[in-house]
Amino acid sequence: MTRREALQRILAQIGEDDLALFTTGMISREAFDLRDRPANFYMLGSMGLLSSLGLGLALQWPARTIWVIEGDGSALMSLGTLPLIASYRPPNLVHIVLDNEVYESTGGQPTITSTIDLTNLAQAAGYPFARHIADAAALDAALADALAVTALRFMLVKVTGRAPEGIGRVTLTPEELKDRFARALMGAPAATHSSKVTPAGRG
Amino acid sequence: MGGIASLMRTAEEFWAILKRQQVTFAAGVPCSLLESILNAAQVDVDLTYIPAVREDVALGIASAAHLSGRRGAILLQNSGLGNVVNPLTSFNLMYRIPVLMVVSWRGYGGQDAPEHLIMGEKTPELLQTLEIPYVVLEAETLDETLAWAVTTMEQRQIPVAVILRKGVVA
Repeated sequence: MTRREALQRILAQIGEDDLALFTTGMISREAFDLRDRPANFYMLGSMGLLSSLGLGLALQWPARTIWVIEGDGSALMSLGTLPLIASYRPPNLVHIVLDNEVYESTGGQPTITSTIDLTNLAQAAGYPFARHIADAAALDAALADALAVTALRFMLVKVTGRAPEGIGRVTLTPEELKDRFARALMGAPAATHSSKVTPAGRG
Repeated sequence: MGGIASLMRTAEEFWAILKRQQVTFAAGVPCSLLESILNAAQVDVDLTYIPAVREDVALGIASAAHLSGRRGAILLQNSGLGNVVNPLTSFNLMYRIPVLMVVSWRGYGGQDAPEHLIMGEKTPELLQTLEIPYVVLEAETLDETLAWAVTTMEQRQIPVAVILRKGVVA
């Protein structure tokens, strides 16, 4: 399955009120090309920071589903965040890694995920739902399972292929992206806003 | 009583000032100079404090506050400034996402363990280079200085740093 196919299938499952965060590079550009929406946030720089931002949002907005969609390079760069997220176990967070085993945006240099399965790391970290997904049928099934539960979810999706030739960049400025996302977020009912959060099992 | 000790402020006072400034969501990495502040945050029901695994992770977490219409803070040792240079330049400054940075100052005045001396000397320069507004906290002026920091970060929509030396907040 190509990354574009995987993204299309995932994007089709993102609900109207859900927040979706996309990592630096081709994943943001392809998501922007396929299905841009105000509640999408594109991390243009700061590779590796996305899951931290996702954790912060998930803790503050427990009634909204937060999708963190990153690549293998991005996940590897901030690997310590996996057990941190798992220790809080936010049930509204869906953490997806699109694993093409390379740093595509910089020319396809290999990462280390051809021999290391991040699903095992997520499981060991304590994610209660962790799936390794190798093809489109498995992705559809996993998405259906994921949407049927309220629990911290991790999906490692093996993908191939490159972004289409000439795919554009995100055309909004960083400030426009931030303001648009904040407006989409603040449109939510105030009652969903959590003022105090504690780690799972520690509160 | 008397002398320097009587001028020191408590961690509870420190957080009371920040709460009046509506800073209630924080993340950080510990430093011995921040011990009382971090311990007070853990038991304060009006505060959320996330113990992050790295300073950049803390910054990512705390930045969610601004996107949610709130005010966030990170707490870190100045040695951890190195870990936030990338997210400051490529995320917070670029998107204009304000966060209050409470930075402890190890190596101040060249009197500390060797691992703190170089960053101790470079801390103000590093913040100047990044064009992060900063101020060194003093016990006597803690209230107005923290208020200035929060006002400045909201007005300019960028992170602002307050630097904490030993002996200012007990």
